[in-house]
Amino acid sequence: MDAVISQTFAGLSLGSVLLLAALGLALTFGQMGVINMAHGEFMMAGAYTAFAVQKVVSDAGLSLLVSLLIGFLVGGLLGLLLEVTLISRMYTRPLDTLLVTFGVALVLQQLARDIFGAPNVDVRAPAWLSGAVPILGVDVPKTRVFILGLSIACVVALSLVLKLTPLGRRIRATVQNRDLAETSGISTRATDRLTFFIGSGVAGIAGVALTLLGSIGPTLGTNYIVDAFLVVVVGGIGQLKGAVIAAFALGLLQATIEYSSTASIAKVLVFVVIVAFLQVRPQGIVSVRTRSLA
Amino acid sequence: MNAEKTPGSPAAILGEGQLDPDALETVLAAPESRFRHDYLEIRDLRVSFDGFVAVDGVDLTVTQGDLRFLIGPNGAGKTTIVDAITGLAAATGSVRFGGVDLLGKPSHRIARAGVGRTFQTASVFDELTVLQNLDIAAGAGRGMRTLLRRRSGVPDDVAAAMETVGLTHLAATPAGILAHGQKQWLEIGMLLVQDAHLLLLDEPVAGMSQAEREETGQLLQRIGEQRTVVVVEHDMEFLRSFASSVTVLHQGRVLSEGTVAEVQADPRVVEVYLGSGSARAGSSGSSKEA
Amino acid sequence: MSGLWRNPTARLWVGVAIAAVVLFVVAPGTLSVFRLNLLAKFLCLAMVAVGIGLAWGRGGMLTLGQGVFFGLGGYMMAMHLKLADAGPGGVPDFMSLYGDGTVPGWWEPFRSPVFTIVAIVVLPTLIAALLGLAVFTRRVRGAYFAILSQALAAAFAILLIGQQKVTGGTNGLNGFQGFFGFALSDPANKQMLYFIAAGTLLVMVLLVRLLYRSRYGELLVAVRDQENRVRFLGYNPALVKAAAFAVAACFASIGGALFVPIVGIISPADVGVVPSIVFLVGVAIGGRATLLGPVLGAIAVSWAESSLSESFPSFWTYFQGGLFIVVVAFLPGGLASLGQVWRKRRAVEAPPDDEADDPAAVVAEPEPSTSGRSA
Repeated sequence: MDAVISQTFAGLSLGSVLLLAALGLALTFGQMGVINMAHGEFMMAGAYTAFAVQKVVSDAGLSLLVSLLIGFLVGGLLGLLLEVTLISRMYTRPLDTLLVTFGVALVLQQLARDIFGAPNVDVRAPAWLSGAVPILGVDVPKTRVFILGLSIACVVALSLVLKLTPLGRRIRATVQNRDLAETSGISTRATDRLTFFIGSGVAGIAGVALTLLGSIGPTLGTNYIVDAFLVVVVGGIGQLKGAVIAAFALGLLQATIEYSSTASIAKVLVFVVIVAFLQVRPQGIVSVRTRSLA
Repeated sequence: MNAEKTPGSPAAILGEGQLDPDALETVLAAPESRFRHDYLEIRDLRVSFDGFVAVDGVDLTVTQGDLRFLIGPNGAGKTTIVDAITGLAAATGSVRFGGVDLLGKPSHRIARAGVGRTFQTASVFDELTVLQNLDIAAGAGRGMRTLLRRRSGVPDDVAAAMETVGLTHLAATPAGILAHGQKQWLEIGMLLVQDAHLLLLDEPVAGMSQAEREETGQLLQRIGEQRTVVVVEHDMEFLRSFASSVTVLHQGRVLSEGTVAEVQADPRVVEVYLGSGSARAGSSGSSKEA
Repeated sequence: MSGLWRNPTARLWVGVAIAAVVLFVVAPGTLSVFRLNLLAKFLCLAMVAVGIGLAWGRGGMLTLGQGVFFGLGGYMMAMHLKLADAGPGGVPDFMSLYGDGTVPGWWEPFRSPVFTIVAIVVLPTLIAALLGLAVFTRRVRGAYFAILSQALAAAFAILLIGQQKVTGGTNGLNGFQGFFGFALSDPANKQMLYFIAAGTLLVMVLLVRLLYRSRYGELLVAVRDQENRVRFLGYNPALVKAAAFAVAACFASIGGALFVPIVGIISPADVGVVPSIVFLVGVAIGGRATLLGPVLGAIAVSWAESSLSESFPSFWTYFQGGLFIVVVAFLPGGLASLGQVWRKRRAVEAPPDDEADDPAAVVAEPEPSTSGRSA
């Protein structure tokens, strides 16, 4: 029984990390159709932001909170810069965007290597996150609980923004019918920029959170980018709900298989399951059906 | 593939559009086709998108030799019916053509069963030449060995189709730079070489000049004598000139059906068209639905 | 001369003759053994590029998983070489080191050279055909296909690293002594490997040219640009795409197989997510839809990498990233399209007719501006 609970929590925890990594993509890829391979590097930038902030703010607790805020801004501004300079020219060529942003990812990684050095660095976790809390008789690291909470908070905040604010309405209108939105007086350009800013900002937050789980390096993002895209694809385009379900489902699946085999076998089996799933439901878990040629 | 050839300028292309319906006989002259008598039979067709019912229990029978027009206000379900027949939209009910049940089959199998369609926006292969477009349309039944070889010369049916739709002089022109009307003709040509026995045309004369409409209408009438043809169209003038029968759709249902005169006299049609304000099917003016 | 230039068949044979002279006479005559071996490595990478040109440039399938097929070919060859080095019934050195000193059952068939060669050609082709058929039938395409193929590369690399006892783990397989009975330390045999690679690449390019000019080649472009339209003409687009994908996989596998004796190592670092995308750089730069663009692009990029990355590793990465950005964003047709832009300019200046403002005149050669339309 303990084993089940602890594996379940391991799965939820993995799922929450996946969710944090994928949430921004659910906006930029899911809502805007942009395949941003540099999303992982925005996470890496968030992680190094936490490292840099801690150089200035020595209190680990305070620096974590400050880092979450600044990490969001750093990720967001990087995203904004990318959108304005490159992606805005390429909305009709989504596959080419993938390659261009991969180039950006290479450059950002090398920048990190040149600025912070190639070896991994560590960010101190605050004292109140060290140790474990007993949940249902199982000791769970507090950092894991924090990340689970953070991911849920991000989902709630994002869906509130999308549902309630004028910005959210503009984003949804633009996604559903760009031309109509434009003629209704919405600046779709400004909406695109803001969506990209928020999506990339969430990547920054994810990066800060990852510093709690281990040391960070310039290639931090590449470890997450593939999984993050899979989460969005499995979840289905256009809805945050799908990404949430997919992230936790994949996390639980991975943890379950890992329990009876090895991590690498689990990873491969999860991939097989995803391919099989997409055979049954190519549109993902949650789909928005529209009448279109394709 | 034809790097040295200089594509003609649009102006030159436009000037030479001449359909040649006489060449049609060669394309349609597949020996068995004269003895086949296929008809389209739709029973209780229903299509819904996430709860929205786009087609709601439509019955439709179109026989060979008929040139049937589907009309109706926007959202009446005209294109959706075509989508359902060709396997693009999931539907319930029954759609049979030439004794073959079409519903539930993948699109390419439906096409192999002799059903061809065009799209509202002319969709030809822009980067391929007129000849290549038609050759591909003619080749669904080709085997591996033929596919892996180069095309030597112009197949007879392709040449005849090119003649029929008046594009012979543009054989080596990339389809992407054809004028709009010529793309529509190319699509009709593709349906001909595809050997479609049921032709579903979605707004085939949209954007054409009056002369071009005339020619296209006459061509469709000629085709209609030997094939089953269904045309989705908004242009009332075109409909009056060429339709042999009309089905009026409204909110996913058949509102009225009959000859042009019968339909125009139907008070329900007049009401829907005047009520929707988009066109005046019952009035005498040469009106055109937006 | 211009008459000769206009005849495609004559042009082909002139091209083949020039390529043959450069590859078989000039290069071996002027390059040192070391340089020639390096060129042989580039030729192996170019084989992958030829396949990507077919699948991506002509077929619109952005495959980010070619490393998998490259790796399959490479690892199968490496397994054979390890077993051959160990002698009949022998155990490869690394297995005694990491494992229990026994050869797993699925390694055994690779003792046979014939089985190995057949498997290198057939197995990845079959896998790609089945996988392609499965995903393309369900209309997984565009970005989805790219992401899926990328995940395949990630999973493959993870599997290789995780199964150290049978795959050598992160170190991969290396330290080969012989190649089908020839000692790899002998410079003459190194040269032979180069000739094999050059000949294979030449054959591949000719095969792809055949495909491009065939009806299938036209059909593939049609599927890339209007998949649905092709479907309504009675074709199954999934078959058309899966065939191109399978050929690309086959080429990648053969490239990987030849890479192993030439370079002397295959490891997860050669097959994962990043190397799989990097395969695309050369293709994009050379011109994805052209015949020779991918080959020349791949060779040029590999050459630039090997000459720049050793002395300026940091600069090389910036340069590589920059290439990706500049070429794909601003010159999607690759360098090959520069020639066309130039030809177009000249054509406009020379005859004073009204073509000048006809943007479609650039389309004289089927030169796709993008492969992303179906996304």
